[in-house]
Amino acid sequence: MLEVAVRHRFPGFALEAEFGSPGAGVTALFGPSGCGKSTILAAVAGLLRPEAGRVVAGGEVLLDTARGVSVAPERRRCGVVFQDARLFPHLSVASNLRYGLRRAPRGATTDAEGPGFGEVVELLGLGGLLGRRPLGLSGGERQRVALGRALLARPRLLLMDEPLAALDAGRRAEVLPFLARLRDAAGLPILYVTHALDEVDALADRLVLLEAGRVLAAGTVEALAARADLPALARRRDAGAVIGCTVLAQDAARGLTRLGFEGGELVVAQRPGLAVGTRLRLRLRARDVAVATEAPRGISMHNILPARLEAVVTAGEAEAMLRLRVGPTALLARVTRDSVGRLGLAPGMAVFALVKSIAFDHAGPG
Amino acid sequence: MLSAEEWDAVRLSLAVAGRSVLVSLLPAVLVAWALARGRFPGRMLLDAVVHLPLVVPPVVVGWGLLMLFGVRGPVGGPLNDWFGVRLVFTTEGAALATAVMSFPLIVRSVRLGLEGLDPGLEEAARTLGAGWLDRFLTVTLPLMSPGILAGAVTAFAAGLGEFGAVITFASNIPGETQTLPLAIYSATQSPGGEAAAGRLALVSFALALTGLLLAELLGRRLGRWLGRA
Repeated sequence: MLEVAVRHRFPGFALEAEFGSPGAGVTALFGPSGCGKSTILAAVAGLLRPEAGRVVAGGEVLLDTARGVSVAPERRRCGVVFQDARLFPHLSVASNLRYGLRRAPRGATTDAEGPGFGEVVELLGLGGLLGRRPLGLSGGERQRVALGRALLARPRLLLMDEPLAALDAGRRAEVLPFLARLRDAAGLPILYVTHALDEVDALADRLVLLEAGRVLAAGTVEALAARADLPALARRRDAGAVIGCTVLAQDAARGLTRLGFEGGELVVAQRPGLAVGTRLRLRLRARDVAVATEAPRGISMHNILPARLEAVVTAGEAEAMLRLRVGPTALLARVTRDSVGRLGLAPGMAVFALVKSIAFDHAGPG
Repeated sequence: MLSAEEWDAVRLSLAVAGRSVLVSLLPAVLVAWALARGRFPGRMLLDAVVHLPLVVPPVVVGWGLLMLFGVRGPVGGPLNDWFGVRLVFTTEGAALATAVMSFPLIVRSVRLGLEGLDPGLEEAARTLGAGWLDRFLTVTLPLMSPGILAGAVTAFAAGLGEFGAVITFASNIPGETQTLPLAIYSATQSPGGEAAAGRLALVSFALALTGLLLAELLGRRLGRWLGRA
């Protein structure tokens, strides 16, 4: 259980944000650069003292300016993973990993023992690096060591400040699975600052959407992604609904994989790597979803889903975002405003959603 | 090769320079810390005062010390009356004068090292549970050690040759305060002393060179140890 409320003024910028998070799992703070997300993280870690604020983690008050409470950062037990890793250059990887471990409180005063040194080394694949110095490591390796160092300090929560932002695409792809493993193994609340939607899809359970120092919306990733009225999300090229799927069948003869979601099924070109029963999360980009008022015939597309049009929201000069329901699942479609007029699209209409393609590059474990 | 008196001058120079570094190292590190990280009123003034010995004639520094630490001075008087400690015209006095002169050299070097140190590393140590002394000893101090080493070696090498402040404050007493440069000066002033002056000058040269080479070597080793090289 985590409660965060922060108010702070910078020259030309005011931050006033409040959100909560129910427990273990990843809460992503998402927004453009300069929206205040890193400041919030610094306030939770204690590295920045906000003008006013309250931070409660696991029932313990870490900051309450109204009552004059501010626990020193070294006693907050917030494991921080910085964008630039910040490994100690004069210590070996092993000593870096043990730095927090040595200073962690002993005994079972608060919660169960976290994973041990060996377990963390195994989890993050650090076995071959232990004797090396940070300078000789690649960016991805450094970030993995930083993850392990933070986790071994026996934190009550993990704070990650754009841990992948300084890495190139290849390195990011290398570290992302380790982050997912750490999330599942740590069983801790994690606050994850990012401006990359694919990291949200792959890792986050909940999303706090920030813009210009304020919380625009907060909720589960699926619920927020399906909202057509959030310009911060809708403007993006990769805006779209996020849905949880299960692999239903592999049809080798036709070269297709069938995926089921609540309310329907999707068919995609076969992905043999996915075992039947695997849960995964897909983003259906709004620009890849079209609508038709009649069932199309003689069309190459596989995925034609009967849907109900729930809302039409103007998005920019010439476009509109449509929110569709397929059973209980919400989809987004981006069409031109001309199409809205031509087809007479209005809330309540029965339509067909045509899914042109499904972005697997954003797939994360469900 | 060298006469007993000349060996005395060499030994004395090493002793004076060594003591001066020992005396000034800790205060210099603290002052450098305050100048690099502190935000307090009078910081610029402290900065200026620390650097004064670099720009004021050494004779003036010696004269100032004489005023302060002379047996009738505001500091030297009580030292002499209460503790029987006399600094003027003693080896300790020569070390003090040398320490004051080389103080800014250490401060500058340590400060450069500190300013090149990423404060983010100390923040990281903090979030990992390290209190301020713990952080200082395990992160800050090791990472600034090249700056401290460079400052100490430079101060030692410069201290071997300190002339003006020493001769003014501690005088030129063979075996007590006559360091290498003072011995060379005396030799040039006495008839037939050219040979002695030449020998001592060569020794000076050799000591300085050895010091610099040693510093370079240590600096490289330290750099490797710190994971920089």
